[in-house]
Amino acid sequence: MLRLVDLVKQYKTGDKALKHVNLEVPNGQVMALIGPSGAGKSTLIRCVNRLVEPTSGKIYLGDKELTSLSQGALRKARRRMGMIFQEYALVERLTVMENVLSGRLGYVPFWRSYFRKFPQSDIDEAFRLLARVGLDHMVDKRADELSGGQRQRVGICRALIQNPELLLVDEPTASLDPKTSRQIMRLICELCKERGLAAIINIHDVLLAQMFAERIVGLQLGEIVYDGPPDGLSPDVLTQIYGEEDWEATIAKVEDEDDEDEEAAVP
Amino acid sequence: MNTVTTHRSWKKQPFIKSPLLRWGLVVGGAFYLALVFGTMDVNWGRVADGIPRGQRFLSSFFPPDFTSRATDIFDGILESMWITIISTVVGILLSIPVGLGAARNLSPRPVYLFSRAVLAVSRTFPEIIIALFAVKLFGFGPFAGFIALSVGTIGFYGKLLAEDIEDMDTSQAEAVKATGASWFQWLNYAVQPQVMPRMIGLGMYRLDINFRESAVVGIVGGGGIGATLLTSFDRYEFDSAAAILLVIIFIVMGVEYSSSYIRKWVQ
Repeated sequence: MLRLVDLVKQYKTGDKALKHVNLEVPNGQVMALIGPSGAGKSTLIRCVNRLVEPTSGKIYLGDKELTSLSQGALRKARRRMGMIFQEYALVERLTVMENVLSGRLGYVPFWRSYFRKFPQSDIDEAFRLLARVGLDHMVDKRADELSGGQRQRVGICRALIQNPELLLVDEPTASLDPKTSRQIMRLICELCKERGLAAIINIHDVLLAQMFAERIVGLQLGEIVYDGPPDGLSPDVLTQIYGEEDWEATIAKVEDEDDEDEEAAVP
Repeated sequence: MNTVTTHRSWKKQPFIKSPLLRWGLVVGGAFYLALVFGTMDVNWGRVADGIPRGQRFLSSFFPPDFTSRATDIFDGILESMWITIISTVVGILLSIPVGLGAARNLSPRPVYLFSRAVLAVSRTFPEIIIALFAVKLFGFGPFAGFIALSVGTIGFYGKLLAEDIEDMDTSQAEAVKATGASWFQWLNYAVQPQVMPRMIGLGMYRLDINFRESAVVGIVGGGGIGATLLTSFDRYEFDSAAAILLVIIFIVMGVEYSSSYIRKWVQ
């Protein structure tokens, strides 16, 4: 599905954010990318849809090589990758519906999008998605009137209406409370299952990553230092990723608790 | 360890570290100001003479005479409004491409430098200077005034538009770009909603400025109420001039109130 070959990103300041990263994400796999701040997680997923231009290396989405695409071809390729952002990144002064429909911009010509005359099938799909995340009664609310969790749901709809094959998810829970965080993570993973989507989820919260992802990749200073199943995260591995700390309390003992017992894993 | 609590003093660090430079600037500044006042050479005798003359001059403004030059005033105001509205609309329309070009986060380097140069040139010359040129080029009348104010509007509005675009929230812009939107769709969905409220407010403000400036450019031959005002001064009809000034004040106040209302409404 997605294959990164020898991916390097060096910023103008000289910082090497990614050092020869090789990674393959098969169809339908939900993968969590963990690592300390500045490890290159954000850079990695932004390189995939070239919001950040990689310095060297190759990125294959299916058979398509992305780093050499022209602007027009890149736009077409971006339609196949939905992105969900840390601070939701909804356009605040647009309505919920406009934000969701903006996920179709790659498919509709300019004037149709300008007059907000989207095809009926897009509008049907938008209502279906909004109903799925429980927001179909808020279509005409402005995005900045919603709560954090609601905004992230709209962000999810915007990514999914692209009809993507891959989700790039950048810290989806970073500005949410613990309960909403779990709900959002669960929703993302359920939707990936329903639609057979692969996903790369950047996440700070190791516990959430273990609860919801099938595979965990640990990034440290631009290099992959762990790649394996969630239960393979031992204190040693976490020390390797994040540095020395008492990790016993962080490692999940249970699979997926109910929403009610938030503190369960933190003794 | 140390049982005696010692008091460490703390003072805010001065903005300029070196005391020599700091006091040097203060003394130098004061010295220069004193020097400047010394060279002004006010002739107090003439000031004393001028005061009663000014009183006579002011009293000849009263009572303002709206009636004897009513049609001239009316035509002048109408022409000024015409100049104001057309030059604001045309100026804003022309300043949009220039403003987009002058936003560093939107435009490639050469376009940026060219657009900034256009803005710099149009901002260097005050409207009245441009009006003098325009009168020489196109002859007396409202067309010259319209040209002058349009050029002035491009400089003002283009610069503020560019600055507002440079200040926009990048995550919202990124999110729309990630959907595969084309450049124009991206402008319409990500940039426009973010800058629109401020731009409407500034458009109203510019309308206000252009109306006042239309009186000024009229005095150098740009048509409108300024021309009427100049004529009444030339004829020593100060009561009519007072009437014209009152009408200008009244209209500026009207624009002021409605613009603050509109700005609140579009937020």
